[in-house]
Amino acid sequence: MRHEFHVRVGPAAFRIGSDWRAPIDQMRALYADYPAADFTDFTVRLEAARFLRRFLRPSAAINGDYRLPDAAPLPLGQGLLAAEMGMNLQMALGWRRQLILHASAVEREGRALIMTGASGSGKSTLSAMLGQKNWRFMGDEFALIDMVSGDAVPYPRLISLKNEAIAAMQKHAPDARFGPLMQGTPKGDIRHMVPPAPAIVRMQARAKPALLLFPRFGYEPAVREIDAGEVFMRLTQASTNYVALGEAGFEALTRFVQNIPARAIDYQSGEQAEALVNQLWDQLA
Amino acid sequence: MKDAAILVRALRDPASTTALDSGGWTALLTLARAELLLGTLARRLEGIDLPQPIQAALIDARLNAEYQRRSALWEADCARRALTEFDGGIVLMKGTAYVAAGLKAGEGRHIGDLDIMVAHKAIAGAERLLLTQGGWEWVKEDAYDDAYYRDHMHELPPMIHKERDRMIDVHHTILPMTARPQPDAAAMLDDAIDIGNGLSIFAPEDMVCHCAAHLIADGDLTGGLRNLWDMHCLLSEFSAQDTQFWAQLAARSRHHQLQPAVQRAARLSARLYGTSIPQSWAKAHWHDSLFIRRILARDGWGRGSAPLTRLLFYIRSHWLRMPPLMLARHLWTKWRKA
Repeated sequence: MRHEFHVRVGPAAFRIGSDWRAPIDQMRALYADYPAADFTDFTVRLEAARFLRRFLRPSAAINGDYRLPDAAPLPLGQGLLAAEMGMNLQMALGWRRQLILHASAVEREGRALIMTGASGSGKSTLSAMLGQKNWRFMGDEFALIDMVSGDAVPYPRLISLKNEAIAAMQKHAPDARFGPLMQGTPKGDIRHMVPPAPAIVRMQARAKPALLLFPRFGYEPAVREIDAGEVFMRLTQASTNYVALGEAGFEALTRFVQNIPARAIDYQSGEQAEALVNQLWDQLA
Repeated sequence: MKDAAILVRALRDPASTTALDSGGWTALLTLARAELLLGTLARRLEGIDLPQPIQAALIDARLNAEYQRRSALWEADCARRALTEFDGGIVLMKGTAYVAAGLKAGEGRHIGDLDIMVAHKAIAGAERLLLTQGGWEWVKEDAYDDAYYRDHMHELPPMIHKERDRMIDVHHTILPMTARPQPDAAAMLDDAIDIGNGLSIFAPEDMVCHCAAHLIADGDLTGGLRNLWDMHCLLSEFSAQDTQFWAQLAARSRHHQLQPAVQRAARLSARLYGTSIPQSWAKAHWHDSLFIRRILARDGWGRGSAPLTRLLFYIRSHWLRMPPLMLARHLWTKWRKA
């Protein structure tokens, strides 16, 4: 393709091809500190849906090894988002090396805190915020669980900040590098942030999962226990490859649920969440 | 990388891949995935000493193929249970049949939908049982498409399972009723081989005839490399088991009015994958190169290439399916609805 970029994020290597230069330049800048990749596991293509759309109100269709047939093209101004969505899609549909949980993860002293929940629960923002404190950021989208050792494998892609989280993180991390502000995307305003340096330098360093949280933003601070069966069911729904992994996936998830304490937490501010996280970490992890 | 020749070479001669650089490997695996041959390729490359990142990707592909095999057999069993009261033979087709029978064509094969065949006169009964007992439902309600399938096609409109999100295609023959060749579906059902549990698969010659009909006499050759790999495996395996195979295949394909399609598929398979075919089958036809060009029309990014050749075969696919006047009426209706 006309423009091409390779990058490694944790265990996965990507090749991004684009009809336009702009999204590739943005990726080069934001992924500057990430390792390069020769052979790549996945290919993402940003292509003009029709030839004229390369020039006239250009919009990027998200294609690649795996694609969603009904995914609408994004305006070229959101090309970086298109590339990131394409990379997420490849992982979600194609990755089989570890059990994938739709979750964020941070690490401290070799042990990992995993946070999972629906979109809008705040798991991504929380992991970014904790990554600015004394935690190592491991990933805001996918937690990868090794099926033999049970370890969490880092997947520290660019942090995807949405709406109010953008200004909040700019205040928390004034020195961090940010991508272009993309307004009016299907998920509102989006701005990518480069994870803190330790997250990238140590992207091969795994951690033992020690605590699982189900955060929920916008409710009075509270902590609830969750029944193991409920945790298991929620995690099967949060996994994109659980079914495909068959018995190995079932056994890995069973061990995970049996060994890792889990709690649901409600919070209304980052400070509340941080206090709850630290309290539960000291108690349970 | 202009076309898929690199993928053909790797399938044909797995050891040749040790000469690839990392860019070559990326192109090869991208192509294989786009042609639904990644699992097949991964099985072919098993046991060859390759760099670790490549091995890791191939292990993923083999895991995924095993998952597809498992789900295909599970779907077949679900259909069997839904059809317990069905009075008549149920034949598994294509990928599900290959894995159910443990054929070489099934090794690592991508399997999407479940394809089964029943007798034409019994198809309404099968349909009713799948809808009421099995939990399948219509993919889309469209009166024209529905009537079109029922009047002219070789299968029911596709159904999808409410919970498992998997499709089932129920056939009563192997080519559209409007196509020129009219295979003897009743003979295919009569000679099908029971594999237990009330399910069966086509006899070897019929399996090859169906594979060739699907590849050459129907459709626009999308997935051609995969279907041709099926052809290569079936021909190689059956001809090695039975010295009379080629003569029986010739007779059977004549009976089904599919001799040209079967012979062309065998020639293309020999030319691309190196299948051993009888001398008398090997005489090339000038169209063959055009077929090869279409079958290889994909680049190292996984994009379709050779747009004119693709268009040509797209037009041909409609031509094969319908007489001209009917085609015009069909396109007019489709155009008005679009």
